[in-house]
Amino acid sequence: MGTPLADSTIVGRGGRDGARLIRDWFGTLAAAAERGDPSVYVFVMGSMAEILRAFDLPLVFPEINSLQTAVRRVSHEYLGAAEDYGYSPDICGYVKADVAMQLQGGKHPMGRIPKPALAVLTNACNTYMKWAEIWERMYKTPCFTLDVPGSRSAPQNGASTAADDENDRRYVEAQIRELILVCEKLTGRTLDLDKLATVLRHTNDMAASWKRVLELNRHRPSPYNALVDGTVYLGVLNALRGSALGAEYFRDLVEELEYKNAHDMGALADERARLLFVGVPCYPIFRRFHEIFADHGGTFVSSSYLWFAAGGLDLGFQYDLSRPLESLAEGVLKSVRHAGDSMLFPDRALLDAAELYEADGIVYHPVKSCRTVSTGLAGSRRAVMKERDIPCLFIESDMMDQRVVSEAQMKNRIDAFFEGLEARRLRLAGSAA
Amino acid sequence: MTVAPSSITSLAELAGRPLAEVLSGCRELLEDMDFPTVHAWKEKGGTVCGHFQVYFPEELAHAAGMLPVKVRGGPVEMRQADSHFGSYLCSVIRSSLELALGGKLPLDFFVTHPICDAARNLCGVWARNFAYPSRILYLPQNPNSASSAEWLRGEYARLLRELETVSGHKATDGDLRNSIAVYNENRRLIRALWAVKRDTPWLLGVDEAYALLAVGSLVRREEHNALLAAVLPLFASRTARKQDKVRVVFEGGFCEQPPLDLLGVVAQSCYVVDDDLLIGLRFLEKDVPAGPDPLASLAWTYIEGSGYSPVQHDLRKPKERMLLERVKGSGAGAVILAAAKMCEPGLDEQVAYSKALDEAGIPYFVTEFEERMSSFDQMQVQLETFVESILFD
Repeated sequence: MGTPLADSTIVGRGGRDGARLIRDWFGTLAAAAERGDPSVYVFVMGSMAEILRAFDLPLVFPEINSLQTAVRRVSHEYLGAAEDYGYSPDICGYVKADVAMQLQGGKHPMGRIPKPALAVLTNACNTYMKWAEIWERMYKTPCFTLDVPGSRSAPQNGASTAADDENDRRYVEAQIRELILVCEKLTGRTLDLDKLATVLRHTNDMAASWKRVLELNRHRPSPYNALVDGTVYLGVLNALRGSALGAEYFRDLVEELEYKNAHDMGALADERARLLFVGVPCYPIFRRFHEIFADHGGTFVSSSYLWFAAGGLDLGFQYDLSRPLESLAEGVLKSVRHAGDSMLFPDRALLDAAELYEADGIVYHPVKSCRTVSTGLAGSRRAVMKERDIPCLFIESDMMDQRVVSEAQMKNRIDAFFEGLEARRLRLAGSAA
Repeated sequence: MTVAPSSITSLAELAGRPLAEVLSGCRELLEDMDFPTVHAWKEKGGTVCGHFQVYFPEELAHAAGMLPVKVRGGPVEMRQADSHFGSYLCSVIRSSLELALGGKLPLDFFVTHPICDAARNLCGVWARNFAYPSRILYLPQNPNSASSAEWLRGEYARLLRELETVSGHKATDGDLRNSIAVYNENRRLIRALWAVKRDTPWLLGVDEAYALLAVGSLVRREEHNALLAAVLPLFASRTARKQDKVRVVFEGGFCEQPPLDLLGVVAQSCYVVDDDLLIGLRFLEKDVPAGPDPLASLAWTYIEGSGYSPVQHDLRKPKERMLLERVKGSGAGAVILAAAKMCEPGLDEQVAYSKALDEAGIPYFVTEFEERMSSFDQMQVQLETFVESILFD
């Protein structure tokens, strides 16, 4: 990589452009809702954006819609409406926010969401399936479930042979071909392979850039906060996956981050603790959560959220454009499996990240709403601490439900964590002297 | 609740005993959290394949010479497992790990399934804590794909390969055919048992039928077949009288199991004429055909001949329609919609079920349970009120 030529005006561009692109994207969805255009509901792990974009079908990400209600501090209204309808307080808050949104005709803090003409989901999360069944019941929406077999054991345990993997790839490819038939029926058009190749090329660019974006945060000081800035980037990555606009955004972002690293411009002016984040962000107090850490000079240099919620795009898989469908199947299989691994078998990846990012600590944030991510985190913490002498903080709350977010209690725990980090730093310094 | 350890290490010990003793023996064995039959099998040099809820093709482990055991948690005191999990989790996930960590449930191989977001984590949890292999078995969530049966056949072949490695026994096609035949017989006997409960529920309570079913997951299935074959003719000579009770379907027992005492409370006021308790043990509703390729036959039957549960997504089987068919098929007049606490699939489905039952005008009773609960007074009063509202409507 050569010396960045850009000037300082690009600093902050990723955040600004990201926010604008997401606003614009919600604007297009609101316009589609007004016109009554068909839309496809998809999820971040296996969105199949490549196929759907090749049919010019607008994508709606219910997960992003739901988290926006929490970020904008109105999720409790949606959760309450869904619970009044009959849903338990103990199920996923994303689902409930969406149910309430649908019951209110798609009304959303950033506009209006169109109704689904089709839902495409993978088995990467069981809640995806239960969620889609709700649209089946509400709207008779056709739902296409793409089975993407995940790892059968921790990847390092090597339970799969090449023949097993090929059996899986063939299965995914066969299903993709079935999905294409569904899209052709919905749109009345046949798949344009040239257009698919263009979309795949854009995704290739975005995947390569995303991998690079994650790598660039190894720099000391880290140029962005993986929890706050990273989530903005992630939104663009999902919403604009496979688009020219998305590819351009990430090219620009890489340029900006390289510039920042070349000039040692960190996300924090005084970076005192480099942290890994594991779990789903605390959206009800999104900014405040970050500030409690930042007040101590703590910044998140990496986050497992940027792995799994990117649908595994952090692998940087590159589609072979000469055999698009076969390669798409391979890419979907590997990427979605990778996303699953980062939730179900995170220990090795976290240990590696702690090394690569020179992390001072790990913050585990399991949430009530997401058992996929959260169930194994207490055990992961034990396993990671057994293998590496690294301080870990374990705080539970939720990504949607303010009722289980206790900011004061959380702050006490975080303050104590930093006191421990500081004591450890002094102890290590003393030992070195 | 403390339950005295069972001295039963084989169902053969119940052979020839009066029905009441057989039923109490099954109950004792089921509630014995020291799993004496499993330990006895291990002491004889056998290997054990533990499989978490809901469905598992036990025929594979059986053909490999192993004892397949359903890992379904239990009402145990948490001493170690809680420190491995966060707060927002159902009990069966915790208690299953507790049983294994405490050495009560000795396994040589563990399989979990992505039946829910919590259970899919168990493979990783097990891998951190046990030296023996733990695996995830992916059962198709897109059974509507033309390729799903063929893919599943490959998945079964992979699993069998690993089971053979652990057991040290290479399963031949003959072994597989024999195991399928044993399990087909078991399916036939369980259907007959459930028919007794459906047609003459005053002769067979839900708690009794449940105990007879559940012990099958603790022994080799030949033993279970012998027990059921011996017991089934005995119900006709039972002297219990038909009572004026509401015929209900119990829905919500597909994974975490309600305590037997809870089922006993239900049986006091209702005839449970059908249910989804331990549905995984009877998920294949058709016999597996004796085809040229046993693995393909098993896979085909899963795709084309299985029942329904909240954890399987199949466009041909909308759950609420399937429940209505279960109600109709069993001649039930009401439904108990139960869900284990913190069980997302169960709680999600309660909403859909209740809307469908509202539309169909079928009364229902909504409740939550936990495997470790020991007080049922409140539920009993509520259920009796519900029943009275139907009887006197």
